[in-house]
Amino acid sequence: MAGLRWRRLRRVATVTSEATARTVTARSARRRGLLWREHVDAYVFLAPWIMGFVAWTVGPMLASGLLAFMDYEILLPPVWSGLNNLSTMAKDPLFLTSLGNTAYYTFIAVPLQVAVALFAAILLNQKLRGVSVHRTAFYLPALTPAVANALVWLWIFNPQFGLANAGLRLLGLPALKWFMSPELAKPSMIIMSLWGTGGEMLIFLAGLQGIPELYYEAARVDGARTREMVRHITIPLLSPSIFFNTVVGIIGSFQVFTTAFIATGGGPQNATLFYVLYLFRNGFQYFKMGYASALAWVLFAITLAFTLLQFRLGRFWVYYEAEAK
Amino acid sequence: MTASTATTAAASGVRGRRPWSPGRLAWRGLLHLTLIAMSLAFSMPVLWMLSTSLKPTGREFSYPPQLLPTTIVWQNYLTVVQSVPFGLWFRNTLYITAASLAGTVLTASMAGYALARLRFRERGFWLLLVVSTMMLPGVVTLIPRFLIFKQLHWMDTFYPLIVPSWFGGGAFNVFLFRQFFASIPLDFDEAARMDGADSFLIFRKLILPLSMPVVATVSIFTFLDHWNAFMEPMIYLSSREHFTLAIGLNAFRGRYATYYALLMAASAITVVPIIILFFFSQRYFIQGISITGLAGR
Repeated sequence: MAGLRWRRLRRVATVTSEATARTVTARSARRRGLLWREHVDAYVFLAPWIMGFVAWTVGPMLASGLLAFMDYEILLPPVWSGLNNLSTMAKDPLFLTSLGNTAYYTFIAVPLQVAVALFAAILLNQKLRGVSVHRTAFYLPALTPAVANALVWLWIFNPQFGLANAGLRLLGLPALKWFMSPELAKPSMIIMSLWGTGGEMLIFLAGLQGIPELYYEAARVDGARTREMVRHITIPLLSPSIFFNTVVGIIGSFQVFTTAFIATGGGPQNATLFYVLYLFRNGFQYFKMGYASALAWVLFAITLAFTLLQFRLGRFWVYYEAEAK
Repeated sequence: MTASTATTAAASGVRGRRPWSPGRLAWRGLLHLTLIAMSLAFSMPVLWMLSTSLKPTGREFSYPPQLLPTTIVWQNYLTVVQSVPFGLWFRNTLYITAASLAGTVLTASMAGYALARLRFRERGFWLLLVVSTMMLPGVVTLIPRFLIFKQLHWMDTFYPLIVPSWFGGGAFNVFLFRQFFASIPLDFDEAARMDGADSFLIFRKLILPLSMPVVATVSIFTFLDHWNAFMEPMIYLSSREHFTLAIGLNAFRGRYATYYALLMAASAITVVPIIILFFFSQRYFIQGISITGLAGR
């Protein structure tokens, strides 16, 4: 790729110089000048991003890396405390609860979200009348601001007058306490999260639309059945989207916050005390900035480990067409 | 099973190519029914919100629930805007969103331009950095960012919510721009350069005008992000007159926690602008996904 660009540049330089009939030395000098200009320009264009990256990503990350080894309660200056925060964490039952809750939520919600989004995308990719209206309807909950969304689900899951229990009663099933019950609070949140999979659905839809019709035609000529076509054409060609949605879904679910903050406040009995909610409490309610930073870095390490693991595993099942060519 | 059968129709693609048979008719009927059921289920939260918001206060509590209000009452909306300054919060949100949007489109497109079209040795390195930043959980930088903004005396101002957008506008947006710019033939730049144009002129007069679809996509995603943001505004804004809609709604809820008709009216106020925006910009959503190549191709 880069080689091609270089060759093109050389061609441009040659053409230019031939047109102006310059000497060989002048030509190479001009080429170097051109390249140098582009090099400088590139950094001018990148400057805002690089400054932001340093000021709001690298700097803060290093700072929180340092704070993780300090006691810092905002009013008093930070004090070095070594591995204190980490040993506190190991003994902190709420840390373990929040980690467990987050893992429970993530590992159940993400596969379900991917499945729902994929199923919906396949349906919404049909050439049927009114399909764009259906796409909008499916995407609607993903557009809803998190606070409003949490409030409406709180209302839907209201044990006395909510829509969910009305539905259950209609089917002759017993009413449930949803967010109010320690056992059901997390599953309720997982159910709720399935309504927000519009973004994933769009990614699958774009992926589906990128699969050439030709492949299916060819398979049909060869007598392939629907199931075989899904198994051997749709799924492999869609595997990059599945991979992307899983990776991003896991990163996002590890950081689940607003829903729990609004709908349950972490309760009942800490059943929905998710990791970032606990981190938020430590940082902004108890003002333990050092401990919260340590929590943040542990989350970062976990996320990174999972992402790398997925990239490693992805080699075995994700199919990139570009590589095969 | 439905997934696999659904793909048959996807695979069969062009309508009318195969002869209509009773089985095929039944199949299409089933597809339509499934789609309708799914749409009803997924639009249910918003519809339920709107329906509840139009019921007289107190009447939302009925068993069995009335799907549609028997009498439509607009009073709840009036009560909401009279009891809290929703108009002001609306303006604040719009201001923050617009200011961040401008910064994001400008600086993210600049970075994307350098990464897609300018030749320099370290380009691969910077691109890798941008892509890795996309994978970074935002929470890691939450505490130090807060401390920085506190040092700058930016607490209870809009700066912490706007200024970062003017410095690169987020790795994801940079990546979106880069992917789109990279798809424009390089010959365009070369021709312009031979005519003596420099990088800035090419960016302004050639690349940006050709890239309005990606500008639209980034704008929409950025708009949604800032409009819906909750955690950051909550951390940085403390006085009521600086609230955004999202935290204003949360504050309103603190006072009227059990008045669901009012709560739903207040929620609807934050939702409706987004829905209107979506109706006018629908096609850019899916297009945005296609250009990134996120879908893998």
